[in-house]
Amino acid sequence: MKQFSAMVYARTMEFVRDRGTFFWNLLFPVVLVFGFAFAFSGNATLFKIGTYGIAPTGSDFTRIEQSQFIPYDAAKAGEEQGKVIDRLRRHELDMVIDYDAGAYWINEKGRNASLLRRLVHVDPAMASFTERRVSGDPIRYVDWFVPGVIGMNMLFSCLSGVGFVIVRYRKNGVLKRLRATPVSALSFVSAQALSRFLIVMVTSAFVFLGTNFFLHFMMKGSWLDLLLVMSLGILSMISLGLAFASRFKSEELAGGIMNLITMPMLGLSGVFFPLEGAPKWIGLAADALPLTHVTKAARDIMLEGSSLVAVAPHLLFLLAFSALSLVVASLLFRWD
Amino acid sequence: MPTILECRGLRKHYGDVHAVDGLDLVVQEGSCLGILGPNGAGKTTTIEMLEGITPPTEGNILFRGRPLDRAFKEKVGIQFQSTALPEFITVKETLRLFSSFYREARDFDEVVRLCSLDDILERDNRKLSGGQRQRMLLALAIVSKPDILFLDEPTTGLDPQARRNFWELIRGIRKENVTVLLTTHYMDEASELCDEIAIMDRGKILERDKPARLLAHHFSGALVRVPSACVDGDRAPGGGSHQGDSYEIQSENLDQTMRELLAEGINLEGLSIHKPDLEDLFIKLTGSSLRA
Repeated sequence: MKQFSAMVYARTMEFVRDRGTFFWNLLFPVVLVFGFAFAFSGNATLFKIGTYGIAPTGSDFTRIEQSQFIPYDAAKAGEEQGKVIDRLRRHELDMVIDYDAGAYWINEKGRNASLLRRLVHVDPAMASFTERRVSGDPIRYVDWFVPGVIGMNMLFSCLSGVGFVIVRYRKNGVLKRLRATPVSALSFVSAQALSRFLIVMVTSAFVFLGTNFFLHFMMKGSWLDLLLVMSLGILSMISLGLAFASRFKSEELAGGIMNLITMPMLGLSGVFFPLEGAPKWIGLAADALPLTHVTKAARDIMLEGSSLVAVAPHLLFLLAFSALSLVVASLLFRWD
Repeated sequence: MPTILECRGLRKHYGDVHAVDGLDLVVQEGSCLGILGPNGAGKTTTIEMLEGITPPTEGNILFRGRPLDRAFKEKVGIQFQSTALPEFITVKETLRLFSSFYREARDFDEVVRLCSLDDILERDNRKLSGGQRQRMLLALAIVSKPDILFLDEPTTGLDPQARRNFWELIRGIRKENVTVLLTTHYMDEASELCDEIAIMDRGKILERDKPARLLAHHFSGALVRVPSACVDGDRAPGGGSHQGDSYEIQSENLDQTMRELLAEGINLEGLSIHKPDLEDLFIKLTGSSLRA
């Protein structure tokens, strides 16, 4: 226990005193959050419209420029439509049209609602469609983005702070020196993990609460649940970092592999943009990545007020992913 | 004296390279054994196998009659040839970290005193000079009160003053009856510190004994050298031989050797006479210079 706490202390001091890295870990996500908050305070696409069925011929409405029409599978309208309507309620869509049923949905709190209604009415092919209304507060892009950016920061911090650092220790002989002491690999590795866990938890909380002070994020769910999601997220990223650092001895190679892990994860996990309308295989690939589950669960809690039970599948995935990574890490780990 | 460490038939092969090739060694409790050899002789591989860091390809190693286990790790002190220290933490913090690893750690002040670390305790590891760094690494090796201390080329790269200081520290630590096993390619270091030396080349120990006995066994009298160019190839005055740039005579009787050289009409301008030392023995045994 004495050696464990001494190692946690040493590693934490090493991080805190490395001013450059320390501030980078704090500053980068803060800059991102504010940057995106300003950049996306306007809406780039004019309208985002979900559709079922085939548009009537001669419809002018379907030719509105700078709009994105997202076709949903009409055959599944029964089971899926609820979710699509929820997206409208969250202002992720501006409108949903069911051509076959001759109906459209708009969110009465959306700023485009009356304009869209008028556009439907002036289109002779659609003028007779019935209007259905839903209501939901608008979610700013930044509300949606902040769980993603915290998750992303977690990913970088864990992979570099645990993974990359262990590779460096292995290369420059720190691991070899430790191996010459009675310290066990398990004790060393868990000390690294705990130190990083505390660091990431504190920096994430700082970034979140700091930016929240100015931006007042939407928070419909429980803070405790969010904390749990974050904890499991950090655990899974640290485990991934350990698994990836278990063998490599070259920092260059480790850097490359790290990019190989992080780049697709950032692209596929829906950190910056929702993966709507993407091919099915991308969705499947995204579901295999821990970052996807961290951001999804955090968004569900913050934006929809989901309960722990509702996000349990994400949490179970994170737990299973951590366990698997730790097993791989312990099987592959090498001191030299 | 009881045996503290012994190995039999120790081999380490890296592919076709036989870094250590069948080595037997017995180290007595409380002694100081120096392993000498040119670069690439297998010194570091040998010492790292004895430390339990590198697994041998063949052969076994016993510490007080038992294989190297966890108990051994509590009782061994190691200073590697090169070690990176954790960055951004001070000497004091590093010492505390390492002493936390051992069940029976040495008193902190005692470590500081034995390794003269007073003046650098608060310094960041990255800002240590060569000599300070070696003192610090020595301190890490002795925080555990080791029974056996391995030093792998501990003074390589240090200036003469720092080396002498380092030897003083080792002598101080040896007063506690610690067994020391060190590798070096400095002859003066070996004769200053070691009770016994083992000369190693190509993965094997060629000779092992007390320095004085080794010299007495291989040399008698003095070594007389004249530049090679002064002696014609086919003549051998005084029964000497060509060794590199010089013609070397191992002389029992200097008077007679001088007369023979003069009789041959050899120019004595570049002549030198000296008492054979470990360096000469080394060249004699391995055919290569120690610091090559």
